[in-house]
Amino acid sequence: MSTDTYNPKGKFFRWMDDRLPIIRLMHGTFVSYPTPKNLNYWWNFGSLAGIVLMIMMITGIVLAMHYNSSADAAFDSVEHIMRDVNYGWLIRYVHANGGSMFFIAVYIHMFRGLYYGSYKAPREMLWILGVVIFLLMMMTAFMGYVLPWGQMSFWGATVITNLFSAIPLVGDAIVSWLWGGFAVSDPTLNRFYSLHYLLPFVIIGVVILHIWALHIQGSNNPLGIDVKGPQDQVNFHPYYIMKDSFGLAAFIFVFAVFVFYFPNMLGHPDNYIPANPLVTPEHIVPEWYFLPFYAILRAITFDIGIPGTDIVLLDAKLLGVIAMFASILVLFALPWLDSSPVRSARFRPIYKWAFWIFFLDCIMLGYVGSQKPEGIMPILGLVGTVYYLAHFLILLPWLSRFEKPLPLPESISNPVIKATGEVGHEQ
Amino acid sequence: MATDSKDSSTGNGIKRRDFIYVASAGLGIIATGSAVWPLIDQMNPSADVLAMSITDVDLSSIAVGQSITVVWQSKPVFIRHRTPEEIAEARAVPLEDLPDPQTDEDRVQRAEWLIMVGICTHLGCVPLGEQGLYGGWFCPCHGSHYDTSGRIRQGPAPDNLVIPNYEFLDDNHIRIG
Repeated sequence: MSTDTYNPKGKFFRWMDDRLPIIRLMHGTFVSYPTPKNLNYWWNFGSLAGIVLMIMMITGIVLAMHYNSSADAAFDSVEHIMRDVNYGWLIRYVHANGGSMFFIAVYIHMFRGLYYGSYKAPREMLWILGVVIFLLMMMTAFMGYVLPWGQMSFWGATVITNLFSAIPLVGDAIVSWLWGGFAVSDPTLNRFYSLHYLLPFVIIGVVILHIWALHIQGSNNPLGIDVKGPQDQVNFHPYYIMKDSFGLAAFIFVFAVFVFYFPNMLGHPDNYIPANPLVTPEHIVPEWYFLPFYAILRAITFDIGIPGTDIVLLDAKLLGVIAMFASILVLFALPWLDSSPVRSARFRPIYKWAFWIFFLDCIMLGYVGSQKPEGIMPILGLVGTVYYLAHFLILLPWLSRFEKPLPLPESISNPVIKATGEVGHEQ
Repeated sequence: MATDSKDSSTGNGIKRRDFIYVASAGLGIIATGSAVWPLIDQMNPSADVLAMSITDVDLSSIAVGQSITVVWQSKPVFIRHRTPEEIAEARAVPLEDLPDPQTDEDRVQRAEWLIMVGICTHLGCVPLGEQGLYGGWFCPCHGSHYDTSGRIRQGPAPDNLVIPNYEFLDDNHIRIG
């Protein structure tokens, strides 16, 4: 599968290739990498996520030159960046909206993986590394949102760090250790700043492993069938360099519309009020990309105990925390929960529906997470949470056994299914 | 120096090499642990944070039906001068109606003064006073309702609002902590 066509020209490049073949590595990764020739635009979002990561790191390093992580000065230093620092407003708005763009790219990338079965053998490690990146991103984004030290920063940090108090016996000690005090305060802000700067470098390390794992088995494709030979592939350059560049232009256009016309639309106005430890905002909401998980956290409002007694085995708070972590950690087990040998949903008539219902369930949970816990919202949240987990733990294992897939095409180059005479030509 | 015969198995099957492996690994673990512990413990509250541990409050200016919030260990503490109706209401509740059963008498030293940490036991928000379905406190974050004794009545919070350690220095002064 590997067609390494790098041929160093010139004395220096041959000298270098004998000592440190890094140009050969880059050539193999971004030029001669053999790629299925039928990838559609949903395959753009991996490289888009990588590019947004670069944008976030460059703007972040620059912002760190002007930011002050003391609790007394943090809010003012962000306003200083906005008003006084040359182009500070631009750099901060790119960084703040870049977080949202990063999650948009990664969520589309993940749903694409779910639809086309990219997590299945032999790409389990690729998927698992992706979930690790997702977890690291969530930690980084959460700590970054605390840094402006507004009301949402402070109370978001309070609610999320308090999740750990649900752990029996050692919960309170862990929370105090995370805070470095008796509440979210100056020491908390300083350590979050330190870790917010560190974690993106860890993400880069895992991204390198993710790309390495990708290149061992090669990309999945919309048909979900294996590459049969060179006739099914094209080189990454120029074909997908061009396709990704076109996608990048479109993505940057959307990004720029947010940065220049709606820079605060994805944020929350309460974060322009300095943090006040004595007043909780009327309605705490996380950033949009955490809303489905926030809804799951709030979904469970009952204890589980031994019936007929007052003994509580798992209280509502711990159950909510368990459900929220389970909703992310279940992704690690996905390659084994869905054991259907057919990857692409195109050839799985029932899974295709299950995927879209799951997608709508995530959207609904996001909406519930954005609303106050009143009226029908707690019930919707509970139903959505149960469905979310049931999709992975019940529906997918069941479908793997009982769904009858459609006949698979012979190859990527010959996607017409001969057995039925049906013409299903792929674009 | 060791001879070949000492390196081979003694009577009970233990080799000299085995002892050296176990001793080295054991010491290595202890050394690593000693080096790592300061890196973990540095995140715990520092000495100056721990030093801010008590707060004195003058109660004389708080009228009946009024509440104030003071800061103790960087946390809000609610001090409410309760009305007779609130006290009566709190004491009339049967214990079986409470998710975290506790009598009002157990929660106060003097019936008219309710003193508690103003942090929702769910996820740490500050509840709002004189709101909610039970006339006490209501947490806007995730909808926990507390009664006029600060006991959880409805919503996701597992426990009643926490009563800090405090003592009456005289009729009008308390010391929290």
